[in-house]
Amino acid sequence: MKDNKDKPLERIWNGIYVENPVFCLILGMCPTLATTTSATNAIGMGLSTTAILVASNLMISLLKGIIPNRMRIPSYIVIIASFVTIVEFLMEGFFPSVYASLGIYIPLIVVNCIIMGRAEAYAGKKGPVESVFDGLGMGIGFTLALLLIGSVREIVGAGTWFGAKITPAIYEPVNLFILAPGAFLVMAFFVAIMNKLKIGAARRTDWDPTENGCADCSSCAKLGFCGGKPAAAEEEVKA
Amino acid sequence: MNIMLLALSAALINNVVLSQFLGICAFLGVSKKSKSAIGMGFAVTFVLTLASLVCGIIYHFLLVPFGLQYLKTIAFILIVAALVQFVEMFLKKFVKSLYDALGIYLPLITTNCAVLGVALINVQKDYSIFTGTVYGFFTAVGFLVAITILSYIREKMEFNNVPKAFQGFPIVMITAALMSIAFFGFSSF
Repeated sequence: MKDNKDKPLERIWNGIYVENPVFCLILGMCPTLATTTSATNAIGMGLSTTAILVASNLMISLLKGIIPNRMRIPSYIVIIASFVTIVEFLMEGFFPSVYASLGIYIPLIVVNCIIMGRAEAYAGKKGPVESVFDGLGMGIGFTLALLLIGSVREIVGAGTWFGAKITPAIYEPVNLFILAPGAFLVMAFFVAIMNKLKIGAARRTDWDPTENGCADCSSCAKLGFCGGKPAAAEEEVKA
Repeated sequence: MNIMLLALSAALINNVVLSQFLGICAFLGVSKKSKSAIGMGFAVTFVLTLASLVCGIIYHFLLVPFGLQYLKTIAFILIVAALVQFVEMFLKKFVKSLYDALGIYLPLITTNCAVLGVALINVQKDYSIFTGTVYGFFTAVGFLVAITILSYIREKMEFNNVPKAFQGFPIVMITAALMSIAFFGFSSF
């Protein structure tokens, strides 16, 4: 495990499954809940976050020797905010309809804790190649999680998927699911399912949750507060 | 009258947490004990009001005259970060009692998306500096109301028998969903 820790494929798998930012680390809740009203919006948000994550991870790992340690947080913020501004203009120019429906949540990617978290926990310490793949993995994991939530909400709440009607005519869409409460409900059930799987896995293999870092925190609601820091700190100790 | 309507809408109808999903991290993270939840609520109120005022001033008197509106995201996040730092230093030096009450929550507010979100909404909706500050204050009041209610519910919930998979985060989300449905009631007046 230790040998291939920073291999590209391992990083991507880590982002998608082991430390999935949404379901395991419970990071980036604002965009997760706010922009998953439809599958299209979810994909738009996920991909723009991925692009920013990869670019900022690369930039930060290239600049890590130059940025003084005490000034690193403000520097990271400026780097991330610059990329967010770039992506905002690209979206406005090329995907005006997605831009209009995501609205204020595009500039708010700046305060998405996933990006800052990865900069602090990974990109600021590792080389550029690993950091790019780490960003890619986390971004894909984030996008898939958003797509999953967005799909459930759109299918149950509107009876459509990517705008195309897929439920039979007899099905009456439950509007609540594309409104605010639906976001909380769907998210609650996904995390509960994730917890259930983990409880089952732990019983079967006597799996030590502390080994994973995220396993014992995911059921802890304080995680939004500590921002997954314990998991990151543990990674540091291991490395 | 218009201001009254704006205030009501910001605090209750379009509640910042329950219908716009801003500041969710703090909402879920610091709501375990009612005492810390109320502390966080007041810290956010303080910073959010100040931040919408300062961001409004910088935007209208610095960015607009020089045609630099496209720098607003970068400018606002730096203003918020600097402001939080400054407020923390100021309180520590001059208002020790307030610092003891709010101190530990202040650094967390920098990444609270409600603060940056309100500054951006003010620009998007073309609010004047005064309207923007009022909007910021009442948005924060909405946050305070939501986090206080949630923290009292969570304190009661400690004694309930929650299914194992739903313990911790999921049950809090379900509580938030029910609160969100309840807050829908305000919009049907």
